[in-house]
Amino acid sequence: MFSNLRSIWIVFLHMFHKRETVLYPEEKAYLPPRWRGRIVLTRDPEGEERCVGCYLCAAVCPVDCISLQATEDEHGRRYPEFFRINFSRCIFCGLCEDACPTDAIQLIPDFEMGEYHRQNLVYEKEDLLIDGQGKVQGYNFYKVAGIDAGVKAKGQGANEDKPVDIKKLMP
Amino acid sequence: MSMTNILIDNVPYAVDGSKNVLAASLSLGLNLPYFCWHPALHSVGACRQCAVLKYKNAEDTKGKIVMACLEPIADHLRISIEAPEARQFRAGNIEALMTNHPHDCPVCDEGGECHLQDMTVMTGHNCRRYEFKKRTHTNQYLGPFVNHEMNRCIQCYRCVRFYKEYAGGKDLDVFASHDDVYFGRHEEGVLESEFSGNLVEVCPTGVFTDKTLKKHFTRKWDLTDAPSICHQCGVGCNIIASERYGSIRRILTRYNGDVNGYFLCDRGRFGYEYVNSPQRILAPAIKGDCALANASPEQAIRQISAIIASGKKMIGIGSPQASLESNFLLQQLVGPAHFYAGIPRAEGKLIRRVITLLKNGKVRTPSLAEVKDFDAVFVIGEDVTNTAPMLALNLRQAAKKGPVELVKAMHIPEWNDAAVKDIVQGTTGLFYIATPHHTALDEIATRTYHAHPDDIARLAYAVAQHINAFSSIAGASSSTADAHSPDAGTTANPDADFEALSKSIAAALLAAKKPLIVSGISLYSEALLDSAASITNALKDQAKDPGLVFIVPEANSIGLVMLSDQFLEDAYEKEEPDEDEKPSQADEDTAILLENDLYERTFKGQTDLFLRRQKNIIVLDSLENATTRQATHLLPAATFAEADGTLINNEGRAQRFYQVHQPDNAVRSSWKWLQELQSAASSEPNVPPSASTHFDSILQSLVREFPELTAITTLAPAAGFREGTQKIPREPHRYSGRTAMHANVNVNEPQPPEDADSALSFTMEGYAGVPPPALTPFYWSPGWNSVQAINKYQIEVGGPLHGGNPGKRLFEPSNIPAAILTPNIPAPFTPTPGEWLVLPLYHIFGSDPLSALSPGIKERIPQPYIALNDSDADKTGILEGHYVEVLLNGQKQRLPVKLHTGLPPGTAGLPKGLAATAGLQFPFSTTINSGNHD
Ligand code: SF4
Ligand code: SF4
Ligand code: SF4
Ligand code: SF4
Ligand code: FES
Repeated sequence: MFSNLRSIWIVFLHMFHKRETVLYPEEKAYLPPRWRGRIVLTRDPEGEERCVGCYLCAAVCPVDCISLQATEDEHGRRYPEFFRINFSRCIFCGLCEDACPTDAIQLIPDFEMGEYHRQNLVYEKEDLLIDGQGKVQGYNFYKVAGIDAGVKAKGQGANEDKPVDIKKLMP
Repeated sequence: MSMTNILIDNVPYAVDGSKNVLAASLSLGLNLPYFCWHPALHSVGACRQCAVLKYKNAEDTKGKIVMACLEPIADHLRISIEAPEARQFRAGNIEALMTNHPHDCPVCDEGGECHLQDMTVMTGHNCRRYEFKKRTHTNQYLGPFVNHEMNRCIQCYRCVRFYKEYAGGKDLDVFASHDDVYFGRHEEGVLESEFSGNLVEVCPTGVFTDKTLKKHFTRKWDLTDAPSICHQCGVGCNIIASERYGSIRRILTRYNGDVNGYFLCDRGRFGYEYVNSPQRILAPAIKGDCALANASPEQAIRQISAIIASGKKMIGIGSPQASLESNFLLQQLVGPAHFYAGIPRAEGKLIRRVITLLKNGKVRTPSLAEVKDFDAVFVIGEDVTNTAPMLALNLRQAAKKGPVELVKAMHIPEWNDAAVKDIVQGTTGLFYIATPHHTALDEIATRTYHAHPDDIARLAYAVAQHINAFSSIAGASSSTADAHSPDAGTTANPDADFEALSKSIAAALLAAKKPLIVSGISLYSEALLDSAASITNALKDQAKDPGLVFIVPEANSIGLVMLSDQFLEDAYEKEEPDEDEKPSQADEDTAILLENDLYERTFKGQTDLFLRRQKNIIVLDSLENATTRQATHLLPAATFAEADGTLINNEGRAQRFYQVHQPDNAVRSSWKWLQELQSAASSEPNVPPSASTHFDSILQSLVREFPELTAITTLAPAAGFREGTQKIPREPHRYSGRTAMHANVNVNEPQPPEDADSALSFTMEGYAGVPPPALTPFYWSPGWNSVQAINKYQIEVGGPLHGGNPGKRLFEPSNIPAAILTPNIPAPFTPTPGEWLVLPLYHIFGSDPLSALSPGIKERIPQPYIALNDSDADKTGILEGHYVEVLLNGQKQRLPVKLHTGLPPGTAGLPKGLAATAGLQFPFSTTINSGNHD
């Protein structure tokens, strides 16, 4: 009996607490930067596409909703010819972001993607690519990779010696 | 094989005593990392990765580190793979190798199927502690096939060991010293070897990768794969063909211990690109008033079946490029009397002769793999490197057999590659070549003989006579050497050299344990085939164990001729209208042409005449060509990539290939089209044709008609076969993008296509273990993502596959006396002044018209030329590169001259298969006008 009365009292007191519910969409909740929402493709500090078309995000995706085709420019720089995410399948698990070796693919705190037609949830590269670096600043894969893709010549990387002169006679 | 008991990590095993510890461990299914060892290249101990602990005896607790690949199996050998010291050594070794390794995996085409990645994960190394700089290398342009990225090298030396030592290449080597060593060419340029593509699979890292794959790169796990057979020559190597987004991406070796083993030639590996050609025929077409216009499959079937049902005169022309099934269904559709093998009679008769000699002769033809075990070789008339490339690679191994046998007698195991090479010092065994001109194999030959095909046949007959003579009067000189004038019917020849050569070849073949004779039809000479067989017969009579290999030109040459002995000229002549031509009636004729460009096969005039007489020309083909342009009805036929079928190679081995993917257009196997036509033509109008019959039922009716082909029903499990309850997936379990790849078209995923014709599925779901060998679409095993996962599919590494190597031999020699040869020795060749006898010259890149349409191969095709004898050219003052006017089939053509080819006087050579020489019937005589040659 007493415990019933106590419960009613506690519920009554809640009428004077601050409300947790916000009146979305007039009012927006704060979402931390690591919140896993809409997926974007970012650019490196030089403004070039970061994605190198390695297919790791596609491989790790548990619902197989990423599909792309890698291609190369005249300098041998690899980038995606097309890059498609079917958001009607995406479960926003963030594994693609984890797998990406170039920090190209990132999940951002935007979830407002509702559509009346499912077909509109298919995003192509033009829809995914943003103009900035996203959460990770300063990283350019082609500056640390070994290949020469028109970004730095062989041996010009921070961690690289000059290319070996195979005709030199010194040991 | 002697079994020896050994202890590995205190577990007793019985293993093959002739092996080394690494090969034995891998055969047992144990995971031991390695780099420099390769089952075909053996051990050199260069990479130090395969370290294990070896104990002195049962009491020893300390042990010492040894390299497993250099440790012979011995009785009571006790080793440990898992001992902490061994593990630590291997992890340290990888860590050292990785200090210079670039940060490349995401953009490295090896990634996901990289042996270095696999081995690094296997040893547990995951963080670079070394803080100094990485050494770097510049790359080289190596031609259209192979990409070079030297930074990724781990100095295992596999590449040069394969390229130089195994394949006989000259232009890949190692430069510089210590950890700077560089693997490449002395200068940038196209890799010359016909087997350069194998570097892609041999190199355990991403230094050498497939340049054709790079153009449309896809990771291994994203490919839809199928077990297939190379269609680019008569050898029938086993391949894995792979597709993504509707185009074929690459070809890999499919291991078959009886055929091509671990390797392919570059025509087979890089010649696939024609499948993706813009010239592909993708929709049916029907000729309207003037031009061909696309039609729907139903429309085309309706129109064509109406023609068939009308009961008018109809003939079918098959193809040595098409499967047995397609040819057979065409034969059924038009009736055997009206079915013609789509090759010229001269060629057909020779292939028939090959079949007779293999089936009814005395001597067994070895498989491609067995060729490596012969210790003396006599090549009669074939430029093997260009007419059967992989056979040439294996002949190079046969040339090493004799010397290696001597080393084995010194108790040095064959797998100890460095030791064997030190002793052999590059010597080769007994190897004789008789061809009209220089060939790539000449460099390993003991003696060569360059002459007209008739003279080559005379040499071969002389060898046979000498071998026979050894039996009658052992040691005495042969009595045929009377001083008759050289004449047909005898091999007597005043040339002492000729006598000495034939005698020394005979002696060499008799001295060998296993002599091998290689011949073929490339020079269009029956005398060569018969003389080759007479040598092996003579050797057999001497109680030798000879082998006889015949080379045939195309993937299904043998299969086609087994179905029909009527050839193109038979069709052309039979269709010849009577003297008092009644065009109205002749106009009713219908010809169905199966995957065959007749303009490649016969003279333009002859072909034109034949086609002009046909009212309806129904063509099933995959690529536009001169014949498809003449079609009234065109059906888009599948290439090997979209078709199932059976081929018979030069050994008489029937092999099954499977469709890689289901195209999203009207393209389908020729046999499917023919089947639909058949059922539409025979059913009542307005009654839907009966449900189409599947592949296996075609096989059944085929062997009912041709009982000698019964084995083809047992090449692979039937379509109803299941592993447990599951089909075998064509896609690896990591296949990605399934819910996105079609989403641009429709967000609702389509149902994956069903494969009613085989036990393979077009999906990633299904049986995950090792499937039956004929149905293995790719190699993968946990921890083994690279091609080296093949170890897990073999009973012992380098040996047969679990379930046996796929393919069935159809011929075993039955020694039917009717086939015993009456020597038909041709007269020696005497040049006619002012006339040249033109012989065909073969090119690995160019002589096969289909692969020649691939962009990569195109870069390697020679420009048309005419090869002349040096002294003939001298006499007329022609120099290398001069243009001369050649009369080809009534047409004058200006061609540049090539000299120094070794051609005998009075002969000339033209490259076969090029557009400029299409339809020429070799050999033929012609005149050459050297007039103004500036
Ligand atoms: S993992 Fe990153 S770099 Fe690789 S394909 Fe995906 S987005 Fe591009
Ligand atoms: S060779 Fe292997 S380990 Fe090296 S970059 Fe390529 S995939 Fe990575
Ligand atoms: S290039 Fe490849 S095969 Fe050659 S030594 Fe380097 S890693 Fe080995
Ligand atoms: S040898 Fe012939 S069958 Fe083998 S890969 Fe080369 S072209 Fe293909
Ligand atoms: S595999 Fe044994 S040392 Fe290289």
